[in-house]
Amino acid sequence: MGLTDLSVKIGSLTLANPLIAASGCFGYGVEYAGVVDLSHLGGVAVKGLFLTERQGHPPERIVETPAGMLNAIGLQGIGVHRFIKEKLPELRERRATVIVNICGSTLDEYVELSRILSDAEGVAAIELNISCPNIKEGGITFGCSLHGTFDVVSAVRKVTRLPIIPKLTPNVTDVASFAKASEDAGADAVSLVNTFLAMAIDVETRRPKLSNIVGGLSGPAIRPIAVRMVYDCHRAVKIPVIGMGGIASAKDVLEFMIAGASAVQVGTANFADPFIWSKLLDGITEYLNRHHIPRVSDLTGTVDTGVHAAH
Amino acid sequence: MPVDVEARVISNTRLSPDYNVIALAAPEIARAAAPGQFVMVKPAQASAPLLRRPFSVFEVLRTNGRIEGLTLLSKRIGTTTNLLFNAAVGDVISCLGPLGRPFDLIDPPAEAWMVAGGVGLAPFATLAEALQSRGINVTLIYGARTSRELFYLDWFRTRGVRVLLATEDGSSGDRGRVTVPLERELQAASDRNVMVYACGPEPMLEAVAHLASRYGRPSQVSVERVMGCGLGGCYSCVIPVRNDNGGQHYVRSCIAGPVFSGEEIVWD
Ligand SMILES: Cc1cc2nc3c(=O)[nH]c(=O)nc-3n(C[C@H](O)[C@H](O)[C@H](O)COP(=O)(O)O)c2cc1C
Repeated sequence: MGLTDLSVKIGSLTLANPLIAASGCFGYGVEYAGVVDLSHLGGVAVKGLFLTERQGHPPERIVETPAGMLNAIGLQGIGVHRFIKEKLPELRERRATVIVNICGSTLDEYVELSRILSDAEGVAAIELNISCPNIKEGGITFGCSLHGTFDVVSAVRKVTRLPIIPKLTPNVTDVASFAKASEDAGADAVSLVNTFLAMAIDVETRRPKLSNIVGGLSGPAIRPIAVRMVYDCHRAVKIPVIGMGGIASAKDVLEFMIAGASAVQVGTANFADPFIWSKLLDGITEYLNRHHIPRVSDLTGTVDTGVHAAH
Repeated sequence: MPVDVEARVISNTRLSPDYNVIALAAPEIARAAAPGQFVMVKPAQASAPLLRRPFSVFEVLRTNGRIEGLTLLSKRIGTTTNLLFNAAVGDVISCLGPLGRPFDLIDPPAEAWMVAGGVGLAPFATLAEALQSRGINVTLIYGARTSRELFYLDWFRTRGVRVLLATEDGSSGDRGRVTVPLERELQAASDRNVMVYACGPEPMLEAVAHLASRYGRPSQVSVERVMGCGLGGCYSCVIPVRNDNGGQHYVRSCIAGPVFSGEEIVWD
C-alpha cells in the first residue's frame, strides 16, 4: 500500500500528490487550515490576486444551476502586498505548496506581480489567470488572443524563475492552440479549464440571477467538455497539463489524468465537501493498487483510443 | 473546528404547510455550537442540490442531560428546504458545523430583547437559554404574517421568556411588523440597559437596527446571504460594512458573521 507513489512533477516543481485546490474556491488557503492539513494537498492555488485590493461585484454573486453553479465574484481580493504580509507566512508555516493565481489589467501588471512574488518566500509557482470571465478589463483579453497569451507569458518568463502556469479559458474555439502558444512562450505548464461564460434568468421577475448579469459555470456540468479540452491540450504540447472542471470524486481525477492531465484542481466540489481531499486520495490509491500501477504519474495521457492498438 | 456529520433524522415535525422542525443526530456539532452559529446541510446521498444551505442551530436536544443532537427550523422555499420538509426518520443529512461568529452574550443587569421575523426565530432558542443561565431577563418580540405562523410560543413562555407578538393580519399581538411592539418597548424602557438581538428578513433587520440606534441601543443582527461554502472559500455571501475611514467594504458573512453589530452594516 505504502509503496504507491502519488507525487507528480510540474516542470521543476514536485507535488506530493496530484490534487490542487482550485483558485477562488479555497480562499487564501488559511481559511481551510481548520478542516484540512494544507501540507497534505499537492498544492493550494490561492484566490486571484491583483496588485491592489478589489471590492468585487455586488451580490448576488453565485447561483446554483443543474449540476453546477454560476459565479461572478469579480475577484474581490486583498491585493498582492497584503497577501504576502498577512497570508503567506501562515501558508509557509503550514507547509502548503502555494500557487499564486494572478490577474492584471495590463501586461505590465502581470510582470510587476510576478516580480514581486518571485522575491517572496514561500511561493511555489505562479498561475497566470488570463481567463476570468467576470471582469471587463484585462485578463481574458489576453486569454482570448493567441498573441496576447504569447506576449504575457513571455513577458513574465523574463522576470521570474518560478514555474509559470497560464490558466486557459474554455471560451475559445481551439483551446489547444492557446496551450501551444503558452508553451512556445516559455510556460512550464498550463492549467484548464476556467469557467464557461454563462447566464441564468429568473423568469418571474425577468431579472438575471447574478448582479453581473453573466457569470462563469463550474461543477460537474462542465466536466465532459473539460476532459475533452485536457485531452486536446495534452496532445498539442509537451509541457504538463493541469486539468480541472467538475471533479467531485476519485474517478473524476483519474479520468482527467488518463485524458492527459499531470495534476488536477478541485474547485466547486470543495464547497460541498471541504473534507473531500482525503477521500479523493484514498480512491486514487485504491485504484492504483487494484490496477498494479506503482506511480500515479504513469496514468497521464494513457487513454486507449484504439488508434495505436495495432503495432 | 467544524466537523461534517452524516446525521440521521431523529424526528421531523411539521408545524404548518411550510414550516418544519427537523431533529438530527449530530451531537458533536450540538455540543460545540454557540448561539447564533449555523450548519451547512445537504442530503447525504443525492447529487442535487450541489451546494449546501445554511441553517441556524435551533435547539440542542438533550435526554437526561446528555446531548443527542440538534434541530433546525426550516421554511420550505427551495430544493433543500423541500427535502428537509419531506425527510423521513432515518434519512441521512450531511451536516457541517458549527460555523460562523456567534452572538456576543451580555451580562446583567442588562436585559436582552430578541427580535424575530418568521423563520428568523431559529437562533433564539439557544440564545435564550444561554442568556438565562447568565441571569439575564429575556424578551422575545416575534412577528409573522399570521398567528398560524408563530411557533414555539409555549417553549419560550415556559422558560420564563416574556413574549410580545406582531402579525401582519392582526390575528395575534400587534397588527403590523415587529417594529411596532419594539418601538413601544424602546419608548418605555428609556432608563434600562438593553441589547437588541435580531434575526429575520434583511428589511426587518435594517428597520430594527435603525430603530435601536435611534433610541441609543446597541444591536446584534444575524444576516442570511446566499452562501456557497460556509467556510470563507467562495466569497459569495458578502455584505458591506463600514470602514474606519468612512468608506465601506465587503466582508464574508459566513466567517465575519453571520452576526454583526447593527451599526456596522451598510444597509442598501
Ligand atoms: C466561486 C468561484 C471563484 C473562482 N475564482 C477564481 C479565481 O479567482 N481565479 C481563477 O483562476 N479561477 C477562479 N475560479 C475558477 C476555478 O478555479 C475553476 O477553474 C473552475 O471553477 C472549474 O473547476 P470546478 O468545476 O472544479 O469548480 C473560480 C470558480 C468559482 C466557482
